[in-house]
Amino acid sequence: MSDCILCGAQAQQCSDVKSGADVIELDAVAYSYGGGELLSDMSLTITPGAFYFLTGPSGAGKTTFLKMCYAALKPTSGALKLFGQDVLTMERNDIALVRRRIGVVHQDCQFIDHLSVADNIALPLSVSGQDNWDDTTNLKELLAWVGLSHRANALPPELSGGERQRAALARAIIMSPHIVLADEPTGNVDWEMSERLLRLLLELNRMGKTVVIASHDLSLIRSAKSQVQARVLRIANKRLQLAGANL
Amino acid sequence: MSALFSALAALFVGDLQRDRVVPASGYTSTLTSLTGAAMAFLVVFALALSLASYRLAQDWSEALDQSATLRISAPVEQLDAQVAHAIEILETTPGVASARALSSEEQSDLLTPWLGVDVPFDKLPLPRLIEIVQTPDGFDPQGLRLRLTGELPSAVLDDHVRWRRPLVQAANWLSVLGVVAIGLIGLTSGAMIILAARAALAANAQVITVLRLIGATDAYIEAAFVRRFAFRTFIGAVVGTIIGAGVVALFPGDEEQAAILTGLRLSGVEWMWLVLIPPILSSIAFSATRYAANRVLKGLT
Repeated sequence: MSDCILCGAQAQQCSDVKSGADVIELDAVAYSYGGGELLSDMSLTITPGAFYFLTGPSGAGKTTFLKMCYAALKPTSGALKLFGQDVLTMERNDIALVRRRIGVVHQDCQFIDHLSVADNIALPLSVSGQDNWDDTTNLKELLAWVGLSHRANALPPELSGGERQRAALARAIIMSPHIVLADEPTGNVDWEMSERLLRLLLELNRMGKTVVIASHDLSLIRSAKSQVQARVLRIANKRLQLAGANL
Repeated sequence: MSALFSALAALFVGDLQRDRVVPASGYTSTLTSLTGAAMAFLVVFALALSLASYRLAQDWSEALDQSATLRISAPVEQLDAQVAHAIEILETTPGVASARALSSEEQSDLLTPWLGVDVPFDKLPLPRLIEIVQTPDGFDPQGLRLRLTGELPSAVLDDHVRWRRPLVQAANWLSVLGVVAIGLIGLTSGAMIILAARAALAANAQVITVLRLIGATDAYIEAAFVRRFAFRTFIGAVVGTIIGAGVVALFPGDEEQAAILTGLRLSGVEWMWLVLIPPILSSIAFSATRYAANRVLKGLT
């Protein structure tokens, strides 16, 4: 395992890996919207340090599933626990605190456009009250790791698709989260950039982070499976299935 | 008071990192400052009106409380004798400190504003007025009236209560009205700032969404907007108060004209009241923005 770029410890010693508690637990979870059921009877336990791919056709509910995993949506039935806490009974403040332990790379990146790339990346630290982040976290190293040192002062609208995705990844991991959820991280980038983003996510997993990637890009999944023991989940007919080898 | 000063200190020092999250520009910012300025300007006038009315009520109440007038109506040839007799009665009445007949010049001066300067007062059969100054304990008006009825039926005692009481009451009501106006201005300010804050929150929906997604608590997001609005209101209110104070300073003071409602200019420590306007309006903006932000955030996941 590699050293954690955020806390500098060997992966075995990294606090995020040591806890051992299951990160996300779904038990017969269903989600309905507008009278129709979008997801049904989903049961899954995401363990620390695992690498998951979530695939399925467009509109299958991959984004909805991920949104439930960071409590942006609540299941309409079943039980969903994040770090052992039941999402259905969590207070708004608790949801905010849990989200600090989950790094999310959104499909559309979700930046604050008037803040520089560096400020956007450092925003989770400010939000969590670590206002002296310049001293405690090496933002420059993180920017270098995602290859954006030269774009630190640029505004998000000035970035290319690949740069935006890498900036979003940097923001997702700056709080040293236990799990990284990435929603179609390679959706708007070319193959070369997809590979680069995948390498970053694989490296995070080697550092001990749990990684869940929602993607319909089967070539990306095949490429990842050659480098890491990834489990591939498939959403089909509103249900979660373990995909076989015939991807 | 110390809580107010701590809030003010936080308003100016703030959290720069958090402040940058919400864009500084936008029409809601200008609207908030303008609201603060306009409302502070109005509060200055309402306050001046309220204080002037209060002062007037106090003056009338105190100045006339210790005085009374005795009016003697009699044929010209008996007038002096009856006035002398009246003064004798008054001097022996407990509670009367002094009694003095007004000279014809003094009576003319009193009547001139009502009847004009061309009236030959010395040729008119005017009644004579006796000014009575009471001791702090005062006299018994009822007892004095009974005595005068027996000894000097042409004398009419006026202890000013009949007309003084409604005037003082009116001045007091005017003072209360000023305070009510200040309250209404405060409520209107709050309502306007809620609308501006809601517009600002709607315009920054993307910022709020991103903040929620990365783990910002409602308190963090609220604070970013609340401080912005409270600060802008404070600055607007300071400007409005200064302009209002300048205009009020141009009004004639009490000492220049003692007529009703001409003494609107503040005097002495009354000016200190103005210092409270910006922090109070700022506190209203603080609460109003907090309320608006709370309502909006509750609707988000």
